[in-house]
Amino acid sequence: MAENTATHKSGLRRRVENFFIGLASAYRFVERFFREVWFPPYEFKEFIRQCYQIGYNSLPLISLTGFIVGVVFTNQSRPSLAEFGATSWLPALISIAVIRAMGPLVTALIAAGKVGSSIGAEIGSMKVTEQIDAMEVSATNPFKFLVVSRVLASTFMIPVLVMYTDFVALMGAFFNVNQHELVSLSTFFVQVFDALSFLDITSSLLKSLVFGFTIGIVGCYKGYNSTKGTEGVGKAANSAVVMAMFLIFIEELLALQITNFFRQL
Amino acid sequence: MQKKVIEVRGLKKSFGDLDVLKGVDLDLYDGENLVVLGKSGSGKSVLIKIMVGLLTQDEGTLKVLGHEVSEMGSKALNQLRLRIGFSFQASALYDSMTVRENLEFPLVRNVKGIGKAEKDKLVESVLESVGLIQTINQMPSELSGGQRKRIGIARTLILKPAIMLYDEPTAGLDPITCMDINKLINQVNEEYKTSSIIITHDLTCAKVTGDRMAMLIDGVFSAEGEFEEVFKYSEDPSVKSFYDYNFIQ
Repeated sequence: MAENTATHKSGLRRRVENFFIGLASAYRFVERFFREVWFPPYEFKEFIRQCYQIGYNSLPLISLTGFIVGVVFTNQSRPSLAEFGATSWLPALISIAVIRAMGPLVTALIAAGKVGSSIGAEIGSMKVTEQIDAMEVSATNPFKFLVVSRVLASTFMIPVLVMYTDFVALMGAFFNVNQHELVSLSTFFVQVFDALSFLDITSSLLKSLVFGFTIGIVGCYKGYNSTKGTEGVGKAANSAVVMAMFLIFIEELLALQITNFFRQL
Repeated sequence: MQKKVIEVRGLKKSFGDLDVLKGVDLDLYDGENLVVLGKSGSGKSVLIKIMVGLLTQDEGTLKVLGHEVSEMGSKALNQLRLRIGFSFQASALYDSMTVRENLEFPLVRNVKGIGKAEKDKLVESVLESVGLIQTINQMPSELSGGQRKRIGIARTLILKPAIMLYDEPTAGLDPITCMDINKLINQVNEEYKTSSIIITHDLTCAKVTGDRMAMLIDGVFSAEGEFEEVFKYSEDPSVKSFYDYNFIQ
């Protein structure tokens, strides 16, 4: 019994130690990114290639999801508004929901799954097959080539994707509103923009930048530190998605508090 | 007296409680092929990874082309790395790039202002040296194990290194492909005038390519000399068992 308790305690201590070691290692990784991002050589070609991979290749999935979100949210909101005879408020309600929260959140979660896992798996497999070492011995900084370019591309492309998702979701909402309330496209968008403030749009974009950075840095960190062969690559991809999603929700909560603070000023 | 291109003295390296290198002394002379033999996990790869600065030693000195590697800043280390070719055990070709892009990768990053024509000429010339010009537009996944090894060697040759480090060049290959790789190692030594360290546990590879052998056992070199010297006359049971295991007569 006493032996079991001792084993349990040492196991717990090891877990706590590992947690703090992981935290320190993640901090060093992020700090290295901010140290290296400013100085040449700039891997511009790789940055463009990554923008294409992250942005263009995510379009079909983002389009479909954004459109469905718009349609479903509108449809689900209608009965509640109809009870008060306020269905004419649908465009305003949807624009606030999509721009403030759903657009950035849905895009970031999809990108965390698609982009984060692919970055984690790609860099992880490069690590275990010594491709990163090969870059280093050919006098190339692998951190700059692989990590800086990917994190910058994801930080830059997620806000672009968010704007696109917002637009597609609003189009989905219009499609639904137009069918039921016979509102024209111009009237719909006038109501949409009337409901929005400058703070809504800027906070949404700033939040998306943070989400993009999180997806990129978490994917790269997990891949760059993967070990134990192919099993490690799978784990890197998986934990990149889980960790990025978790952090995105935390950031969303913080962003909400900060935006509310500014709204009250 | 021949010039030393690599000089190792009292090199020690541990990973946690595991002492891998326990005070290694080694010299590589200009133009020679030195084979480092030893069992898996004996620290052979660790030794050459320290030579290119991928790992750092705990104790001891290591001079490559007259420079103490552990004391070099990252810029100077990168300059030194350009003069060392490292052929990885699993080839380490970049999966997302074609053979041409793999070979161009070190060139475009390290040779300032290189034109397309010159780049193409260099890529084609090293591919001809390794006999794989037809694979220029293929992806690494489309190549066989032997071809990948050759392309890996070609990628290191493109910067015309003074020293070549081969990490298990024949591991996982069939005997005929092994012989092709062995021939290529000798060809590179003659054509590019390189000095080489070949890490292996394949005695055929050692006999065909090595001018000198060094046997790494339990973290130190226990036998050194020409192939016959090391294996025919050695009384060390670990050296003898290594020879017997490889069935070479």
